[in-house]
Amino acid sequence: MIRKTVSSTCLAAALLLSALPAAMAEEGVQLPPIADKVTRTECSACHMAYPAVLLPKRSWHAIMSDLSNHFGEDASLDAKTEQHIRAYLEANAADTGGRLPAISRGLSPSDTPLRISELPIIRSIHEEVGSRWRKRVGSMGKCNACHRGAERGRFEEG
Amino acid sequence: MKYRHVLATLVAATMATTVVAGDTSPAQLLKKFEAQAGTSGSPERGRALFTGTHTGGKPDTPSCTTCHTTNLKGRGKTRAGKVIEPMALSANPSRFSDSAKVAKWFRRNCRTVLGRECTPGEKADVIAFLSSI
Ligand code: HEC
Ligand code: HEC
Ligand code: HEC
Repeated sequence: MIRKTVSSTCLAAALLLSALPAAMAEEGVQLPPIADKVTRTECSACHMAYPAVLLPKRSWHAIMSDLSNHFGEDASLDAKTEQHIRAYLEANAADTGGRLPAISRGLSPSDTPLRISELPIIRSIHEEVGSRWRKRVGSMGKCNACHRGAERGRFEEG
Repeated sequence: MKYRHVLATLVAATMATTVVAGDTSPAQLLKKFEAQAGTSGSPERGRALFTGTHTGGKPDTPSCTTCHTTNLKGRGKTRAGKVIEPMALSANPSRFSDSAKVAKWFRRNCRTVLGRECTPGEKADVIAFLSSI
């Protein structure tokens, strides 16, 4: 979908991969997609369902604790559904069951990022992505605008 | 024509995925909200609320039409770019057929746009409006 505007040796991505050999695919990165149906349905109503492994537990905790003020919108849920989704995301986060420590690389333990797109590792992977592409997409949070397979956990260069 | 055939298949596929559990209907919900409000739903008031610009809510979403657009028989789009099926009942008969879904989105979207929940009277107005177009 995207023209390759960057060098094919993506060091940051290699770092990400080296931290998780099991996730290594022939090309690109394969991460576990959301396996829980309630989470997938509720958290894909406004955007793609972000794989749980892309944020540490404390970030999911913070996001799930303030759904009424969710990036400029009210995304509130009933208490039971909220509890269910919180439990799934926290159990499958980068630093829990998802086991992707590279996600926290460069992140101070006192930082609780709310955006995947603003994680140091994700920023550095995308350092060379041109501003024209960013502008066209609008926000780096729209992973699936550039990575067609993002919702399935598939992140490839092109 | 081949093109039409493809389009028809696509439309059929979309309808199939948007049909929800269905424990209620627009008419039933309208009656319920009218009873709670003690007034009847007004399509004109519903139009004013739905297409008007409001100030009490979140800054990026001053109107229901920010996402649902002013062409309510057509598709809308979330701020993150996801397609929203049409709101007009004439274009999307599966609207207002699941009470939990209706409650969830009225709560969220009224808070997002108006900064408060909609009253039963306002909900009746919106349903009356979307049923009338
Ligand atoms: C504007 C387009 C764009 C958006 C939006 C975007 N990416 Fe990327 N992404 C790219 C490009 C281009 C590359 C290749 C970068 C390189 O090789 O230097 C890439 C590479 C990656 C890689 C490494 C894959 C590999 O094979 O090396 C991962 C992982 C990744 N992105 C995750 C994400 C996530 C998660 C999001 C959303 C939070 C996201 N991307 C949003 C364009 C984008
Ligand atoms: C009512 C709409 C709505 C719902 C429902 C919703 N979100 Fe969001 N979400 C947004 C918006 C708007 C953004 C900001 C998009 C942007 O700026 O790119 C966002 C952004 C995010 C981001 C940050 C993306 C990034 O890296 O930049 C995460 C993570 C997220 N949402 C998680 C969730 C989870 C988990 C759920 C389910 C509990 C959920 N969202 C449900 C509207 C929603
Ligand atoms: C930020 C984007 C956004 C705004 C602003 C918005 N909506 Fe929505 N609305 C959605 C999304 C997303 C859905 C769920 C997807 C769907 O039902 O197709 C939805 C669904 C609904 C539903 C559920 C309908 C059903 O079939 O059960 C109602 C009712 C509704 N919106 C009313 C409103 C009203 C009234 C306003 C203004 C006060 C409004 N919306 C503003 C995004 C928005």
